[in-house]
Amino acid sequence: MSLLHLAIVAPLIFAILVPFFYKSFRRIHTGWFVLPLPILLFIYFFSFISTTKSKEVVMKTLDWIPTLGINFTAKVDGLGLLFALLITGIGALVVLYSIYYLSKGKEKLHNFYVYLLLFMGAMLGVVLSDNLIVMYAFWELTSFSSFLLIGYWYHREKSRYGAQKSMLITVFGGLSMLGGIILLYLMTGSFSISEIITQADVIVTSPLFIPALICILLGAFTKSAQFPFHIWLPDAMEAPTPVSAYLHSATMVKAGIYLVARLTPVFAVDGLWLWLVASFGIFTLFWGSFSAVKQTDLKSILAFSTVSQLGLIMSLLGVGAASLHYVGLDDNLYVVATTAAIFHLINHATFKGSLFMVVGIVDHETGTRDIRKLGGLLHFMPITFTLAMIGAFSMAGLPPFNGFLSKEMFFTGMLRVLEMDFFSFDSFAILFPILAWVASVFTFIYSMILVFKTFTGKYQPEKLEKKPHEAPLGMLISPIILASLVIIIFFFPNSLLSDNLISPALSSILPSLLTDEEGFMVHIYQWHGFNPELFMTLGVIAVGVLLYLTLPKWRRVYDLFPENLTLNRFYDGAVNRAQTGSFKFTKSFMNGSIRSYLVYIFTFFIVILATALFYKNAFKVDTTNLASIGVYEVLLALLIMIGAVSILFAKTRLSQIILLGSVGYTVSLFYVLFRAPDLALTQLVIESVSVALFLVCFYHLPKLRREETRIRFKLTNAIISVGVGAIVTLIALSAHSNKFFSSISQYYIENTYEKAAGKNMVNVILVDFRGFDTLFEITVLAIASLGIYGMIKLRLARREED
Amino acid sequence: MRSNNIILETAIKVILFIIVLFSVYIFFAGHYYPGGGFIGGLMTAGALVLLLIAYDIKTVSMILPFNYRIMTGIGLLFAIGTSAGAIFFNVPFLTHAFGHIDLPILGEISLHTATIFDLGVYLVVVGVSMTIIQTIGEDE
Repeated sequence: MSLLHLAIVAPLIFAILVPFFYKSFRRIHTGWFVLPLPILLFIYFFSFISTTKSKEVVMKTLDWIPTLGINFTAKVDGLGLLFALLITGIGALVVLYSIYYLSKGKEKLHNFYVYLLLFMGAMLGVVLSDNLIVMYAFWELTSFSSFLLIGYWYHREKSRYGAQKSMLITVFGGLSMLGGIILLYLMTGSFSISEIITQADVIVTSPLFIPALICILLGAFTKSAQFPFHIWLPDAMEAPTPVSAYLHSATMVKAGIYLVARLTPVFAVDGLWLWLVASFGIFTLFWGSFSAVKQTDLKSILAFSTVSQLGLIMSLLGVGAASLHYVGLDDNLYVVATTAAIFHLINHATFKGSLFMVVGIVDHETGTRDIRKLGGLLHFMPITFTLAMIGAFSMAGLPPFNGFLSKEMFFTGMLRVLEMDFFSFDSFAILFPILAWVASVFTFIYSMILVFKTFTGKYQPEKLEKKPHEAPLGMLISPIILASLVIIIFFFPNSLLSDNLISPALSSILPSLLTDEEGFMVHIYQWHGFNPELFMTLGVIAVGVLLYLTLPKWRRVYDLFPENLTLNRFYDGAVNRAQTGSFKFTKSFMNGSIRSYLVYIFTFFIVILATALFYKNAFKVDTTNLASIGVYEVLLALLIMIGAVSILFAKTRLSQIILLGSVGYTVSLFYVLFRAPDLALTQLVIESVSVALFLVCFYHLPKLRREETRIRFKLTNAIISVGVGAIVTLIALSAHSNKFFSSISQYYIENTYEKAAGKNMVNVILVDFRGFDTLFEITVLAIASLGIYGMIKLRLARREED
Repeated sequence: MRSNNIILETAIKVILFIIVLFSVYIFFAGHYYPGGGFIGGLMTAGALVLLLIAYDIKTVSMILPFNYRIMTGIGLLFAIGTSAGAIFFNVPFLTHAFGHIDLPILGEISLHTATIFDLGVYLVVVGVSMTIIQTIGEDE
């Protein structure tokens, strides 16, 4: 186990210790014990930058299940490292923030930090595993720990609803991803991502390619909240705000992005991948920003904004995958899209993280997140306002914030779709820049709502639960760091990010474009000159300002959508219908009546045996081996038939019991006739005993319900019993006619005296040759008698108590 | 109150021994003629049931103070004991041994470990039938 493995699972191991810290040091906030861990991990992963910069990949393998090819292979390359830095860096800031956000006295801190550390370790495992099965295991652990974190305030009904919803949707995606992984394994014989990438040309010709692609994308889309699976994210906002900041803006929702980026070299050869990723992304972008504008809750706005930004990154990855259809780097139009995706991924983590923290502060200091109640907080919280402005303006894509840079690159990428001339992109390509531009306008509007509806306007103290004031310094540190990054990245994007993080990440996403010595030359400009992108941004600002100011007038557009056609309604309906439907289905056949169950059992019996007889062509009647029929057999058979049939038509139970006895005695006569004296003796005695027991039962029947009626006639019963009789007869006839081997009884005949010193063959078989059966048969008898004894005695004891 | 069943009681006093003797005969003859532990046990139980019919449960349990559940257990022990005994002679479980011995009065006689196994069966069958009948009989 190398240091790298230890670093990945360190949060999981540390999670074990958290409850001890919590119990032993009640006076110190547990978060302080947790805080050093992500900082240390951040420093550790930071030391890898020089390695990945020179395009080296660190691979360390720890055997787990080597016979199945499942080993914990940790792999640090540009993409994995970028995510690892985001996870540990923002993780550290979130832990710091949570120390001030969650109260020491009121909250169950040990739960919180255990879940958070579980999540951190799982997320590191997802981005740093080269083995798909290991990645899947960590992937499900992120779903699971996210479920726990969303339901952290489990006494609230909405938290539980949100947690369940996110669990159902992400686990659905996770399971289909597992299907995709298995299909990939079937095609390549390996779970290792690096191995699979080298066989990309084999995979694309396989018939399993399309199913694998769709399964994997389902996993990525559900996790990254793409349309129509985005509905879990707004409901996950019931989690504590540090959790929303960490999971639902910076890390977990980017796991799907990571998966798409990671498997781009495998799937991007096919046009379907490009189409699906790009168009789902662009539509999610539009839909998320469009829905964000109508929200009134600050965290819902941010949730839909996250959905839309994730769609943006996803669409860029889709378009960027087109670059693999060119050879080499020169003149490659679409690399810029992938660059923009990576760049925006980093930017989004910075500004969205700080925005969530800002919203958390507002919530914490005023007691509400409803923008209809908020307003005029500028004078009370100047620092928070500044932070909110920086975050929101960056999100809207304004200079001098990093969002401006990535949005410009985003427009560039979308405009280049117009030049795409393969996979029939030419007919619909125009939709991409248009949707991108419209979505940006909406992004601008909700960013403005976020800042100005909260901090400016009329101050309404009567609607607030607390008197607002500035947050404590500790709560402000994390958003200040993130907001400073927003500005610093704008001014120094190249020296900070391009060579260190973006270029190595690009070489992991688009490896085939490079020869060994080459590296991606990423250069980000603040000023492009007067090009279409700039005019698009100017247009966004102009139209956005106009629409924001006239918002009350066109707000009613949202009322046009029918209430009961929303995706949430659909989800709720599906969950409800699944429950009531399965309940009804179960109820329809599990009706509690033993008669029905017997009907099912016997019908199944008839159907399955009849089909087997028919398909195997097994029915055969062969009369060569039959013995001659004597007059006694005929007489006894008539007797037993009369007995059996008259049971059905007997009027009283007493006569039924006696008729049954007569059948039993006739059977023992048959034994006599067919020369089985032991059986005849036993049958006689047993029949007497059981008739006596029947009479006892009959005697004990309660008087009130004793009905002296005939068995009622039912057609189904008749059909089924005739069917069972017929099928058993047919099988007996066929079995007799299809004897392939002679009996082994000759051995017993020869050896009964020789080897077992007995002359009664039946008895010798019972106690000697096959005594094992007898041993357990007498055990059965013993259990039966003890059972009867127990039932009767226990019942008596209870009756005495009453 | 019970009616005076003098004929039944007297008859059973005579018949009982014949039935028991017959059941013992059937038990021992089992290895060579029809019979064996199972049917022998059932017949002994039948004899005891006759006693139960003629007298009552209390009287019978006074005459024959057996705990039939323990009898079942002993029977199982006999059966398993003979089967497991084979292991000590390095042969597979449930291997029976037999031999012919000359006894002074009875002459040559064959002894067989299967008989002990059968004795187990016999005891279990008597125990089981009597447990069932007694329990049901005592039930109100």
